[in-house]
Amino acid sequence: MTLTHSRAGSATRRRRGGARQSRAGMAFVAAYVVLLIAFGVLPTAYAIYFAFTDAGGRVTGFTNFVTTAQDFRFLDAVGHVATYLAFWLLSLVVFVVALALLLHRLASGSASKALRFLYYIPGALAGAASVLVWLFMLDPTVSPVSSLLGALGFHTFGEVIAPGNLPLLFTIIAFWTGAGGWIVVMYGALNNIPTDVMEAARVDGAGAWQTAWHVQIPMLRKWIVYMVILAFAGGAQLFVEPQLLSLASVGVAGRDYSLNQLTYDFAFQMNNINGAAAVSVELLVVSVSAAAVFVARSGFFDAD
Amino acid sequence: MSRSHHQPPHRRPVRRLASRLLTGSVLAGFLAFFVLPVLWLVLAATKTDQQLVHDNPLSFGSFPALKANWDALTAFQDNAVMQWLGNSALYAVISLVITLGVAIPAGYALAMTEFRGRHTLLVATLVVMLMPNATLVVPLFLEINAVHLIGTMWSIILPYSFYPFGVYLTYIYFTTAVPKDLLAAARMDGCSEFRVFWHIALPLATPVIALVGFFSFVANWTNYFLPYVMLPESSQMPIQVGVGSLLSNVPSFNPAVGNLAIERPQLALATLVAITPVLIVFLFAQRFLVSGMLAGATKE
Repeated sequence: MTLTHSRAGSATRRRRGGARQSRAGMAFVAAYVVLLIAFGVLPTAYAIYFAFTDAGGRVTGFTNFVTTAQDFRFLDAVGHVATYLAFWLLSLVVFVVALALLLHRLASGSASKALRFLYYIPGALAGAASVLVWLFMLDPTVSPVSSLLGALGFHTFGEVIAPGNLPLLFTIIAFWTGAGGWIVVMYGALNNIPTDVMEAARVDGAGAWQTAWHVQIPMLRKWIVYMVILAFAGGAQLFVEPQLLSLASVGVAGRDYSLNQLTYDFAFQMNNINGAAAVSVELLVVSVSAAAVFVARSGFFDAD
Repeated sequence: MSRSHHQPPHRRPVRRLASRLLTGSVLAGFLAFFVLPVLWLVLAATKTDQQLVHDNPLSFGSFPALKANWDALTAFQDNAVMQWLGNSALYAVISLVITLGVAIPAGYALAMTEFRGRHTLLVATLVVMLMPNATLVVPLFLEINAVHLIGTMWSIILPYSFYPFGVYLTYIYFTTAVPKDLLAAARMDGCSEFRVFWHIALPLATPVIALVGFFSFVANWTNYFLPYVMLPESSQMPIQVGVGSLLSNVPSFNPAVGNLAIERPQLALATLVAITPVLIVFLFAQRFLVSGMLAGATKE
């Protein structure tokens, strides 16, 4: 009898505790929810509204999407961004994974740690700074690797930044600033592989190459996909690199090289806010779908 | 290479040496790729434009040249560079404070408490986190314009303060590193939910606070697109946008410039100045970063 009593008592207490916790939880997230609505949900809704209406607020269906897609610069911009993304994702997957594996195999732990730190340093130069550094690196008159540029047949800055080279140059810049961070992440993931798995591979006679291919890379898969999704979504937003280059090259790279430059141009040069919103919505759909597929399929976030 | 793998490595000393040499040269090659440009940038700031072109690229110029570059840079538009730095610091610090005040409790609540809508909020956070903020620049402009905040510092500070990645990091940290029983015990002892958070969870959260603070600071400091759109006046620019505008005053990159020109070593110095705060914060945070704590945050 007493037992039932106390059990019932603790159940009520737990329920009451649950309600209290629930209220507290909501209070703790309240400010975040306000920001999420103000700077995540509302601008998205706003963009969708503008994309489907005209300057007078009349609903126009897909007109803005059609008009912007027919703009003579649109397909070029899509092509530029797509080529850049192909280079960027490929180099990221190949080199980041390879470097993380090599660093993980280094016998000297302190050398590995020092290298990870040094590879990470350009990460501090993200944004405009990295573009400025590479403008210098790519200018044969001042570059420390001007002989290398010369050997590749480049003797003037103009030759280096010819439009055909841009996807590769933007890849180099993005890789320079971004790879170090991913190497650290991959290295950490390699550390998380249980020692007995690695030990078993060694006992079975697997060499470094086989271990990497059959054991380590499959276990990194989740992280590699995560990196590709983030790099894809980020890369599709290309803006600061071509924008600064257009300032430095007197028009070799136009102000409409990437899609985001085009949205800027629609919005602020051509006064076509609705067209700009349409291109923004397209970019949003692409990156949100990539994110949603990843969240749903990868099991990466066990959001219970 | 692929045929050799049935031999244990120690039986093949020559092959082993070759593989070590290959490993070493690949790692060294990438070291040069990552570090040389930074080294060059530091040295370039100590040279005259003449020296930059004619001297060895990796030589030190002189302190007088460094001083002269500094003077020329600070003289540009009546010390605009210092004003841009101050702007950046103001924007980054205020939004950092708001970010921490908002993201840490939110991540904690998502991880440690049950409430209605928790799951929805978690999924929304993940999706927004994977959505690059540059997509929202034009829509944000429209929204901020509608509430007449364009040209005020709040037009970038408030959007910066929304930092779902920080919420996610905090959430992961609390679910993996802090046992729920610890909080349950405190609740048993009659602690209020706020006291549990303040006196028990928060002191345990120091590493994740440092990490969120670092990432948010760097993200805000290096952002270009949003302030470029929101703050068109030179006196309001953060240093990133300011340095970009210096670039258009360098004759070797932009021959159309008149007599207010900036020389290349001065631009290099400006770039250095722009990254120094990030480098300082980076040095403080690096033990959390390089140790692979991020990857340790996976839920296995």
